[in-house]
Amino acid sequence: MSDFTWLLTQASSLAPEVDALFWFMVVLCGTVALGVICAIVYFSIRYRRGSDADRSGEPAQSLPVELTWTLIPGVLFTGVFIWSLFLFVKMHTPPADSQTIYIVAKQWMWKAQHPGGQREINTLHVPLGVPIRLTMTSQDVIHSFYVPAFRVKQDVLPGRYTQLWFMATKLGHYELFCAEYCGLDHSRMGGQIVVLRPSAFAQWLEGHAGPATLAAQGAALYRAHGCSGCHGANASIHAPDLNGLYGRPVHLANGTQVIADDRYIRDSILLPDQHVVAGYQALMPSFAGQLSEEDLLAIIAYLKARSESSHEHD
Amino acid sequence: MSTIEGSFWSHDYGLRAWLTTRDHKRIAILYALGITFYFFLGGAAATLIRLNLVEPTGALLSAENYNKAFTFHGVVMVWFFLIPSIPTTLGNFLLPLMIGARDVAFPRLNLASWYLYMLGGLFAVAALLAGGVDTGWTFYTPFSTMFSNTNVYLVVIGVFVTGFSSILTGVNFIVTIHTLRMPRLTWFRLPLFVWCMYAVSLVMVLATPVLAMTLALIALERLAHLGIFDPALGGDPLLFQHLFWFYSHPAVYIMILPAMGVVSEIIPCFVRRRIFGYRFMVYSILAITVIGFMVWGHHMFVAGQSMYASLLFSILSFVVAVPSAIKVFNWTATLRKGDISFEAPMLYALGFIGLFMLGGLTGLMLAAPALDIPLTDTYFVVAHFHYVMVGGSVMAYLGGIHYWWPKITGKLYSEGWARAAAILMFFGFNLTFFPQYILGYEGMPRRYHAYLPHFQVLNVLSSAGASILALAYLLPVAYLLWSLRAGRAAGNNPWQARGLEWQTTSPPPQENFLSAPTVGEAYAYDEAAP
Amino acid sequence: MTAATDAACAPDADVHEQYDDATQQREAATLGMWVFLSTEILFFGVLFASYTILRILYPQGFAAASRHTDMLLGTIETAVLLTSSSLIALAVRAVRLDQNRVAAWLLAATATLGLSFLVMHGFEYYKEYTEHLIPAIDFMQPGPHSHAIELFFCLYYCITGFHSLHVAIGVVVISALAVRVCRGAYGAHRYTYPELTALYWHLVDIVWVFVYPLLYLVDRSG
Repeated sequence: MSDFTWLLTQASSLAPEVDALFWFMVVLCGTVALGVICAIVYFSIRYRRGSDADRSGEPAQSLPVELTWTLIPGVLFTGVFIWSLFLFVKMHTPPADSQTIYIVAKQWMWKAQHPGGQREINTLHVPLGVPIRLTMTSQDVIHSFYVPAFRVKQDVLPGRYTQLWFMATKLGHYELFCAEYCGLDHSRMGGQIVVLRPSAFAQWLEGHAGPATLAAQGAALYRAHGCSGCHGANASIHAPDLNGLYGRPVHLANGTQVIADDRYIRDSILLPDQHVVAGYQALMPSFAGQLSEEDLLAIIAYLKARSESSHEHD
Repeated sequence: MSTIEGSFWSHDYGLRAWLTTRDHKRIAILYALGITFYFFLGGAAATLIRLNLVEPTGALLSAENYNKAFTFHGVVMVWFFLIPSIPTTLGNFLLPLMIGARDVAFPRLNLASWYLYMLGGLFAVAALLAGGVDTGWTFYTPFSTMFSNTNVYLVVIGVFVTGFSSILTGVNFIVTIHTLRMPRLTWFRLPLFVWCMYAVSLVMVLATPVLAMTLALIALERLAHLGIFDPALGGDPLLFQHLFWFYSHPAVYIMILPAMGVVSEIIPCFVRRRIFGYRFMVYSILAITVIGFMVWGHHMFVAGQSMYASLLFSILSFVVAVPSAIKVFNWTATLRKGDISFEAPMLYALGFIGLFMLGGLTGLMLAAPALDIPLTDTYFVVAHFHYVMVGGSVMAYLGGIHYWWPKITGKLYSEGWARAAAILMFFGFNLTFFPQYILGYEGMPRRYHAYLPHFQVLNVLSSAGASILALAYLLPVAYLLWSLRAGRAAGNNPWQARGLEWQTTSPPPQENFLSAPTVGEAYAYDEAAP
Repeated sequence: MTAATDAACAPDADVHEQYDDATQQREAATLGMWVFLSTEILFFGVLFASYTILRILYPQGFAAASRHTDMLLGTIETAVLLTSSSLIALAVRAVRLDQNRVAAWLLAATATLGLSFLVMHGFEYYKEYTEHLIPAIDFMQPGPHSHAIELFFCLYYCITGFHSLHVAIGVVVISALAVRVCRGAYGAHRYTYPELTALYWHLVDIVWVFVYPLLYLVDRSG
């Protein structure tokens, strides 16, 4: 556990950039505040009742003055906005080579699943210097994944996936908090992020490997729930082929086109009639209630792995 | 010489006369009683919160009771104190006087608004007595609809009913300002307080129905599992947040605009100068009102809304900060070449400028999504909105109460005590809430019943400040009540102020003016008194 | 309605003390009504916004659901409301021409049409009940769009229910007004209250003009 320091640790690649903007704003706002307070104090002393200051001939309005203090803040704000814009877009866009880890939140714990099948609760081990993308969902209410040392936060919603990325730049243990009020033990819904050297992380992965990788778990579910019965190559029913599906554009029956991402696959399993693929009939039953959030993530990981291998074969 | 005799106070005696009154001044007094009650009720909840946070493990309350305490604090302070505070007390009392009218346009409706307010408040208190509510004042779904098993209905009904009180007050004020101004009182001669009341009424009328309907849907959702906001049933929890903040962000302006109006009256009076840049002040009020409706999404930067929506809401939030900055600069410029005296109302007004500015500037930081991501839902946000709402609105409300106390009651309070309270409040406030900025930057999330040990020092500082603040809030109750009994007679215009309300007797007669007041420019402090 | 009644209940001849004259009182009452109506629009706005968002989420489900509504009854209801709105406009004109009996009959006809609107809605609701279309009470729809249909009907009942509440209030107010007009309480110089009542009724009508296509017509052909 880190002890209290006046400067919050910078433990991710984003942290120094966020801090630069933060401290710039602190200085800028501090200067403005100090300026106004000094003016108030100066006027209060100089023009206190009974002082012999000159009070003659001052207009009660002045267009140039008004425009000055409208436009200068306007320009400053625009500058800050543009700075923040670039940083915000960066914080929102995981690098292409990010590794995905899946997070499922529930009242009041964080569950993490690594692609290799390793599972942890209220702790998340990550390698140093590797961009990590978290794909997150909630089993019940809204939570929020917050790691102050990384300067990242993202609400975690039931019924959809949100994502967040970071690249740890400093070894150690960092606090994880739930930042969106989620009921009774909200304040205890925390944990730790453990940043390890890549070699140590590889060791950790090995030591905690489960019986099967996430994709393999997904493949087992895929068979157990009979998905292959329709989506398989020799199936008698006419259903879309899922090879190479992940990340590809899909034409839908209503004429629109969507990218087959995590959310699309999830919705297609739970609400199949929402996105009927062009040229197919709405035959698929909903699997809502039969698959847990973890199961869904495993199936997504499986389809993703299948797509990756089919791309390699191309 | 002014006395209670012949004033609205003695027009008609008895509880019945008061509870059936249509006199805007008496209705203002009725509101003031209710609002003071809820202020201290909400304050009691705040006391519990601050006591609990002295220890990292929670010194006083269970997690369940802590959650109920901050929910109750939020609900009561927002809907039963801050939103009605200035408009329904000072606004009701002064608006007709300031425009030279005999009453508001719809006096019966005005009384009905008070009853709705009290009825809504009863529901909120009933919810407390029945065991409390733990949803937070924001009622986020699906927690509030499917997971919380507390008295959500009662609170939602209470807020819903009170919403109608807001709407009707808004309708009343808009019509009053449009139709009942004295003949020569043109729009650009109106005191800025009246402009603020006008702006605030527009927000009340256009934003409150959205909240009311959304809360009705929450109640229906709990009752019948409608699913509009519930992802498990195909609904969209972000839709709730959009609708909620579509009201609740403009509601921030319902709380701060009246405060700006009060300060804009106090400062020229004690500086003996016209307000600097009157027209720009008016334009900035209107700009805040209009743009304030378009920035709600800045509460949702990490909620999962699209990146482009966030950027749009971000730039609009920067834009809405410009008129607020203009106002601060204009108040400051008014001081220049003035003839400044520092009676208690002026101290409150100066305190308002400082605290509101700090709240506004930190709001600017939160308007940048890149900074909002780490700071939102931490104590940084808590400190930010307390600087605006408590440092800003409550300081201004108390400043206004002190400024118009002689007009309302005909009595002078003890100036020494009043100044002491204002100064104590300023320091107590900063000691309470400044450490919370640092706590937020360090990463302490809000609504935490227990926290990590290294946050303790700052929490203890904050709680210490809160105890000073609590004392500072109790002081005015004592010396103001004392003034009713033993205060010196105030005279009609103890501050030599220029508004129309100062041209009648203190306290005013039931019909407001015995002879028609003289209308001139607003804030004509450089001209000879009429 | 209270905003209007406050100033307008009293015949224009007796002016409340806060007003200088009858004109000012009339202006205040009218403005008050308009401001109140703007509030009303935002009440409905929430429901329309929710409808729009969910429709974007479930276009096919909402299309399927709208085919479960009764277009014939919906169309007749629209005609009934539009007719009633024109009748109340004629009634106000009659009051201003001092034709009290005509005005009373026109108002009575308006109220009757409003009532028949409610009755027709009752039939619709009953029919939907027998078809298992009422969420939380009896909802059972087979097929792929069951979920979206349920959401559609949630909104359908919220919107039509809230609108019918307005119609019901209107019917009561207009009936009472008809009686008072018949007794000669209003005339060429006292018509504020009838006029404001008509304004309210027009709003109820206009809202329906949006409800009807959104719930009954859109995607019907698809």
